[in-house]
Amino acid sequence: MSSVRVLVGTAKGAFILTSDGKREKWDIAGPFFAGWTVYHMKGSPLDPNRIYASQCSDWFGQVIQRSSDGGRTWEQPGGEPAPDFTGQPPGVSNKFVYEGNPGTHMWYDGTPHPWEFKRVWHLEPSLTDPDTVYAGVEDAALFRSTDGATTWQELPGLRDQRGSEWQPGAGGMGLHTILLDPRNPQRIYVAISAAGAFRTDDGGVTWKPINRGLKSKYLPDPNAEIGYCVHRLALHPSQPDVVFMQLHWNVMRTDNAGDLWTNISGNLPTDFGFPIEVHAHEPETVYVVPIKSDSEHFVHDGKLRVFRSRTGGNEWEPLTNGLPQKDCYVNVLRDAMATDTLDSCGIYLGTTGGQVYVSPDGGDHWTTIVHDLPRVLSVEVQTLP
Amino acid sequence: MKTAVIRVELPYHLQNLARVGAEVSLEVPLPITAAAILDTLEARYPMLCGTIRDHVTKQRRPFLRYFACQQDLSHDPTDTPLPKAVVSGVEPFIIWGALAGG
Repeated sequence: MSSVRVLVGTAKGAFILTSDGKREKWDIAGPFFAGWTVYHMKGSPLDPNRIYASQCSDWFGQVIQRSSDGGRTWEQPGGEPAPDFTGQPPGVSNKFVYEGNPGTHMWYDGTPHPWEFKRVWHLEPSLTDPDTVYAGVEDAALFRSTDGATTWQELPGLRDQRGSEWQPGAGGMGLHTILLDPRNPQRIYVAISAAGAFRTDDGGVTWKPINRGLKSKYLPDPNAEIGYCVHRLALHPSQPDVVFMQLHWNVMRTDNAGDLWTNISGNLPTDFGFPIEVHAHEPETVYVVPIKSDSEHFVHDGKLRVFRSRTGGNEWEPLTNGLPQKDCYVNVLRDAMATDTLDSCGIYLGTTGGQVYVSPDGGDHWTTIVHDLPRVLSVEVQTLP
Repeated sequence: MKTAVIRVELPYHLQNLARVGAEVSLEVPLPITAAAILDTLEARYPMLCGTIRDHVTKQRRPFLRYFACQQDLSHDPTDTPLPKAVVSGVEPFIIWGALAGG
């Protein structure tokens, strides 16, 4: 019988939640990396026991962890103890160095600011090789490892897209979304707060901004190519040219791989939010979690409601059965919603209040997996045979 | 090459990363300086690379401190010879996290 493994990154460690295909009874393991901030964990689609994790701390910086047994044990790639300690340290899995002289980007006050690596926001394992994994980092850049996260190389062509003009949002200038096109291994979509969305069609050598159709009241030029605070992108593997976006304000879609976006916010009570996900088996069924505004980062009216569109946008219905509908003031962050691929598609979300919820029936009914974790930063799901 | 055995005290999270106790002993080439200790520590425990000082610039991470013999050595040049009590192993070289505040 199939089972699921939910990888939860929190502000104070990682947790792994497991259940059988019914998704009713859960085992909770953790905390792993206790006391550290775990931005993201994700497993290889080719080898589910290979899981990568981004662990960081204001004190000790970035650490990359890798598991080869489904999260039971972890190692820092290349960081094994070296009895012959006169040699050169091989442990460089947390060494993210920009290619060449990275120059500057724009600071909050409009002045040039040196490019500085701060942390890994998102890890995206390759669809074709378990040893290849991409890392989206702050200050925004895309790195790739082809040796199981032991060493990292930047794909610097991305920053050629007017990187000197990119400016951080209040949460930092992070590359937070990496979508790999399952039909075209040369195509990758990324999104950066607050620079926008970008696409490569040659495996990461060259990039182009794909922000036409986006609107932002924070940009005086209505046709600006860059500068958009894209919060999250999602696609269904069966139609990779269709991409859904939660923009700062507005929910958007493109049917031509980002060449033009249209607003699909429709009847949402507010179109501000962070996560967006697509049903595993219904490419036009989309989920968002609206929050009140960019000034008040919590759900609207004290109710945690997931909104579902079965029409690819514009027509949205609230999903509330089992979710708190009174006195709830949490948020769901951009990487904290995920779907499994069981026949009855499961939807998972983690909140800033430390709850992780599951709906085993595509959003109709919800239950709480765990109530009191630290602030949840990311949720990923693995569907296991 | 002449060496000395130096005691190094690590903060809790780095103990966990390196899977060691609160203190490790390292055979460090003379002269004993903070830089020499850190070079040896990172070579012996590669998982600590980048967690105490920057990979490239070797600058101390801002929220870490170096103490020895009741002195804060954090702002001293890292090629400054350390006190004799550290060289002789009487006192440890302490790597410590700064207060979180709040």
